[in-house]
Amino acid sequence: MPKISLTVNGKTHTHEVEGRLLLVHYLRDTLGLTGTHVGCDTSSCGACTIHLDGKAIKSCSLLAAQADGSSITTIEGLAPDGELHPLQEGFKEEHGLQCGFCTPGMIMCAADLLSHNPDPSEQEIREGLEGNICRCTGYHNIVRAIQYAAQKSAVAV
Amino acid sequence: MIPSSVDYTRASSVGEAIRLLAENPDAKLLAGGHSLIPAMKLRLNSPALLIDIARIAELRFIEDTGNAIVIGAASTHADIITNPHLKGLTAMIEAGELIGDTQVRNMGTLGGSIAHADPSADWPAVLLALEAQIKVQGAEGERIIPAAEFFTGFFSTALDTGEIVTEIHLPKPAAGSASAYRKFMQPASRFAIVGCAASVSVEGGVISAANVAFTGVSDAAFLDEGVASALIGKPATLENIEAAASAAAEGDMHINEDHFASQAYRKHLAKVYAKRALAGACGL
Ligand SMILES: Cc1cc2nc3c(=O)[nH]c(=O)nc-3n(C[C@H](O)[C@H](O)[C@H](O)COP(=O)(O)OP(=O)(O)OC[C@H]3O[C@@H](n4cnc5c(N)ncnc54)[C@H](O)[C@@H]3O)c2cc1C
Ligand code: FES
Ligand code: FES
Repeated sequence: MPKISLTVNGKTHTHEVEGRLLLVHYLRDTLGLTGTHVGCDTSSCGACTIHLDGKAIKSCSLLAAQADGSSITTIEGLAPDGELHPLQEGFKEEHGLQCGFCTPGMIMCAADLLSHNPDPSEQEIREGLEGNICRCTGYHNIVRAIQYAAQKSAVAV
Repeated sequence: MIPSSVDYTRASSVGEAIRLLAENPDAKLLAGGHSLIPAMKLRLNSPALLIDIARIAELRFIEDTGNAIVIGAASTHADIITNPHLKGLTAMIEAGELIGDTQVRNMGTLGGSIAHADPSADWPAVLLALEAQIKVQGAEGERIIPAAEFFTGFFSTALDTGEIVTEIHLPKPAAGSASAYRKFMQPASRFAIVGCAASVSVEGGVISAANVAFTGVSDAAFLDEGVASALIGKPATLENIEAAASAAAEGDMHINEDHFASQAYRKHLAKVYAKRALAGACGL
């Protein structure tokens, strides 16, 4: 069994894992970080989006072993405890969620977008979220939430 | 969905990957994993060992060698579309930006895409239109395969067992040459229902050379000689492009059909997208 060592939200973890263990299951079941969701399990919905070495990826489509040696940020690590990241604040203020299932993935994907395009147009936001599906909101308020965060600060992730 | 049991190892060099492949007949290379892992989750594929090549430094680079842009096989789609060396190769940028979504582009690789040779993948059409040379390496050594000989059929390539795609060489466009990529995409997966890459050279307003390649239309990406030959020697006008594009997907070939697009509709789309890609390449 491969032995992996990786940093998740600033903390280093070392585990022996099965080769076939998916990263999302490692995060949720081994580390107990259940903020990362599994929506479709077929690489389509983006609910499982996290940052691998600073880039948004779908953790249901990656083996935990592929992340060996990497640095990961999940929704739990986006802001220090007790504080809201501007994107989290934006989703709250602009009513960017209903059931909330897609929200962690939406926020992690939006954080990637804002990290290289701090002032995106509405079109760029919609294109940036191409890999994230929401069955509740109709997306308008999600776009507004991201515009809120972009205005609030040049987001550094 | 959970893949069946599999061992995992990371190769630190191309040489090591080739040796591991030779020693383990049931092994498969793993690059971005964005075709292989979904297939393993569906149990369509159950290798005994995965040899991860994504972090081999000699496979992840993009450089300008003077007359070509060379891309290491493990470069991600995102690496490619954000690299300044690719600026003149418009079809590469336009195609890369339309692959999947941000997350997919951050993991999927050029080498993985062409080795997988999905009949609806975007890169194969672009590599054909830009006359790419594909460098592969195996236990017997290296060889170069022109893109036109690489895509041999449905999920099939000219790669031999145990060979690895190492580099993709894209000749730099000459003065007066330009390229474009247009696709009609499956709305959920964003794979091409029809994708067309066009590369055109214009001298004194007249088309002197052209390549038109399709993906999504047939078993494998292919160069459409009928459209290209109808353009040579003609002034680069919309009327001439439209007339040439009407020859698209007309040869004696298999045309794909699924619940998104019938054969007749795919043929129609091929003509429309040939026109759009050619117009894009000619700046019309
Ligand atoms: C949701 C989603 C949407 C997508 N949308 C599109 C799209 O719109 N257009 C598109 O073109 N693609 C699309 N893809 C596919 C994506 O681009 C894949 O990343 C790509 O096809 C395969 O690259 P990979 O690096 O992930 O390969 P892997 O999945 O790691 O490998 C694929 C195959 O190639 C082999 N292989 C990998 N690297 C090499 C190498 N260097 N030499 C020899 N063999 C090798 C592997 O053994 C395996 O058989 C999509 C994928 C997903 C999950
Ligand atoms: S659960 Fe990963 S993309 Fe839907
Ligand atoms: S808020 Fe329910 S899925 Fe998006």
